Amino acid sequence: MENILNQIGIENYIFLSVLLFCIGIFGVLYRRNAIIVFMSIEIMLNAVNLLFIAFATYWQDPKGEVFVFFSMAVAAAEVAVGLALLVSVFRNIGSVDISNLKNLKG
Amino acid sequence: MAPVLIIFYILAAFTLATAFLTIYSRNPIHSAIYLVLCFFSIAGHYLLFNAQFLAIVHIIVYSGAIMVLFLFTIMLMNLNKEDEVHKPRITRLGAITVFILLSTALVLIFMYSKPFVGEYYTSHEDFQSIKKLGTVLLDDKDGFMVPFEFASVLLLVAMIGAVLLSKKEKTSK
Amino acid sequence: MDNNLVLLLLLTPFVGFLFNVFFGKKAGKSIAGAIGTIAVVVSFAMSLYFFLQLNATGKPVSVTLLDWIQIGKLKVDFGILLDQLSLLWLLFVTGIGSLIHLYSISYMHEDENMHKFFAYLNLFVFFMITLVVGSNLLVMFIGWEGVGLCSYLLIGFWHKNQEYNDAAKKAFIMNRIGDLGFLIGIFILANMFTTLNFVEMKQALSAGTANTTLLGLAALCLFIGATGKSAQLPLYTWLPDAMAGPTPVSALIHAATMVTAGIFMITRMNFLFDLTPEVQNIIAIVGAITALVAASIGLLQNDIKKVLAYSTVSQLGLMFLALGMGAYNVAVFHVITHAFFKACLFLGSGSVIHALHGEQDMRKMGGLRKAMPITFATMLISTLAIAGIFPFAGFWSKDEILMVAFEHNKALWIIGSIASIMTAFYMFRLMYLTFFRDFRGTEEQKHHLHESPSLITLPLIILAALATVGGLINLPGSNWLNHFLEPILAGKHEEHALGSQEYMLMGIALTGAIIGIVWAYAKYIKQGFVPKQDSEIAGVSKTIYNKYYVDEFYTFLIITPLNALSNFFRTTLEPALGGIVYGFGTLANELSNQGKKLQSGSIGLYLFAFVIGVLAIVSYLFLAQ
Repeated sequence: MENILNQIGIENYIFLSVLLFCIGIFGVLYRRNAIIVFMSIEIMLNAVNLLFIAFATYWQDPKGEVFVFFSMAVAAAEVAVGLALLVSVFRNIGSVDISNLKNLKG
Repeated sequence: MAPVLIIFYILAAFTLATAFLTIYSRNPIHSAIYLVLCFFSIAGHYLLFNAQFLAIVHIIVYSGAIMVLFLFTIMLMNLNKEDEVHKPRITRLGAITVFILLSTALVLIFMYSKPFVGEYYTSHEDFQSIKKLGTVLLDDKDGFMVPFEFASVLLLVAMIGAVLLSKKEKTSK
Repeated sequence: MDNNLVLLLLLTPFVGFLFNVFFGKKAGKSIAGAIGTIAVVVSFAMSLYFFLQLNATGKPVSVTLLDWIQIGKLKVDFGILLDQLSLLWLLFVTGIGSLIHLYSISYMHEDENMHKFFAYLNLFVFFMITLVVGSNLLVMFIGWEGVGLCSYLLIGFWHKNQEYNDAAKKAFIMNRIGDLGFLIGIFILANMFTTLNFVEMKQALSAGTANTTLLGLAALCLFIGATGKSAQLPLYTWLPDAMAGPTPVSALIHAATMVTAGIFMITRMNFLFDLTPEVQNIIAIVGAITALVAASIGLLQNDIKKVLAYSTVSQLGLMFLALGMGAYNVAVFHVITHAFFKACLFLGSGSVIHALHGEQDMRKMGGLRKAMPITFATMLISTLAIAGIFPFAGFWSKDEILMVAFEHNKALWIIGSIASIMTAFYMFRLMYLTFFRDFRGTEEQKHHLHESPSLITLPLIILAALATVGGLINLPGSNWLNHFLEPILAGKHEEHALGSQEYMLMGIALTGAIIGIVWAYAKYIKQGFVPKQDSEIAGVSKTIYNKYYVDEFYTFLIITPLNALSNFFRTTLEPALGGIVYGFGTLANELSNQGKKLQSGSIGLYLFAFVIGVLAIVSYLFLAQ
């Protein structure tokens, strides 16, 4: 079968991925709500996954997709643990505002 | 303009828009919903690549599991009425600056690299069907059998960790 | 065998020092004193042995203990040379040293630090022996420095009194100034001859090819060292102040031994000084003027020890006068006789001070003749000796000096004679004020007057006997000393046949001395004159009484600028330097304080920094290439 990139072109995917990644970073730095920060991190992960798939098609190699597979697994584990931590923090402090987590000051 | 290209543009626009709205909206529930939509659009991208298995897995894992977790946590913390205080202006400025810089840098990197000319390489074999994917993933000699098993251990550990971390302490009050 | 005996000679006082330092306090006063005395007596016995051996065989003993310095062509070793000159010096240093140790056992008996005193005395004897037996200038310099150190330790022995400490410091510092000259002389000589050994230098100089200007410079520098150690102009002001030490110290160090080190050194280097007549002239002139100035100051002093101190300076001046005219043997003769009678005088004055429980002002003494007969007799004999009355020892030696002076330079002879007349006058003034007429002290002191114990009077008797017969070693007929020192002295030494000129000079000297004695008698006994209190002295007397204000001059010229300089360093320079050094610390502190702000604890800032870092790395890796 034909490589779909012949019709779309790899540059488009690279641009898309980069923009998505930067949006993710923007979200991490801009928002103070820890949940939204987590979501932005998920956006970043997804951007990278997209790029991996694109290049898997570019090289016609399944290993890219296998890596995405693992990336998803790890992302799921990370979210689970991260949200558990967040719940713990919420129980102690009463809010999820990250500017309240200043105990490491100095 | 090939029809695939048009589909790509629509999907891309949708992805970027929902991603942006995720971080822009005030209400966390709205952010979560937007994020789910973003994941669906990315699954659409995967389908464009003919990576069906991954698309389905993506939807199941991300929209089905992760976002549900998020929504549960948001509702557990009763955040939908939250009104976020503005961050100091300098931080917002810094974030926007970094966004512009980083995107520019990465784009420039790409633009300065070798432009691609000619046809894309097409091997006329199957490389991403489930069968091939399974072969590559579970091959113990030059596949990814060991990382696969470790991933399962990782998920077990994450599960135990999450349960332990969110246990309520038995207070002696 | 000889080696071992030489080591015994040298090291026994040092062992005595160590014993008294470590065990003296525990051993108790009698044992500390006994060990100290025995150490010096052993050295005396050894020197006597070597002296007799030298007399029999005529060969000096030369022992090399260690190789010491070898730099380029300069080679210096720890060598010991026991020849006529060093043995002569050893005899009277250890002999008089033993007597003074004996004396100190009784004199310092009430002091709680008696063991320390004996330790220092033994250390001093050790260094003096090193000075005398050294085979080269550097070993002599070790002894030179060592005796200066011991002088400091002993002058400031009663260290609780700040004035005594100041006097000790003054002695040490003035000695050091002289030592600088000595060192420069050593350097010049080392450069010229690549050896500092006396025998080798003598051979090198006899070749006669040395640069006379450099030699003159070296000789002058060595002489400056001698002026510091032997208290000549202008480095003499420490000696009267050094009377702050206990009387045995004054007797041993500042009368008989340490101050003669300068004369010893010049006699040792006679082959050098013979080649530089200009320096010899300087030596003679300095000696003569010192003799006169010191004698004039001694005329009006009221402290019994200060009179003796100034008389020491004056007599040393006479010895330098003799050295400056090339008559080394005459100077050595006077050194020996002076050691006898000056030590006796100092020990006698110590006996007087002891009886009066520390009173040293002669205006408060008087009439002690009946209460302390032995002290009076011995001091009288020594005073007759120092005044130069026939047939006591001082007559022979002083006359020789004046005779040599007369032949070389009439002006110096006149100065020397005037100094001698003044000497007779003020020494007898001392005797009259102390021992004659009525007692002028307090009633309580009068009741406690008694003769001193035998440990004190025995050395006095021995020394007085020596002062009587000491002239025998160099009578104008036999001249034993001159013959004995012949191998050492390179140059000519005429023997004075006793002709009419000599008899006339002797007569003049004797007459002058008798005039001095009679004048003193008239003033202090017939007239009963007692010197005035300090506040009443005025006019020229006041200037002389205040030692011509030389000390004040030195303070103005040297001490005040030095103090100002050190004050400047303390108040200005040190805070500046300290500020710079502390400034580094403060700077580091401030930097870290600023750096601390990075750890603000705000996660947003950390993430921001993280992203900026990644951005920087990525741009560097991919864009900057």
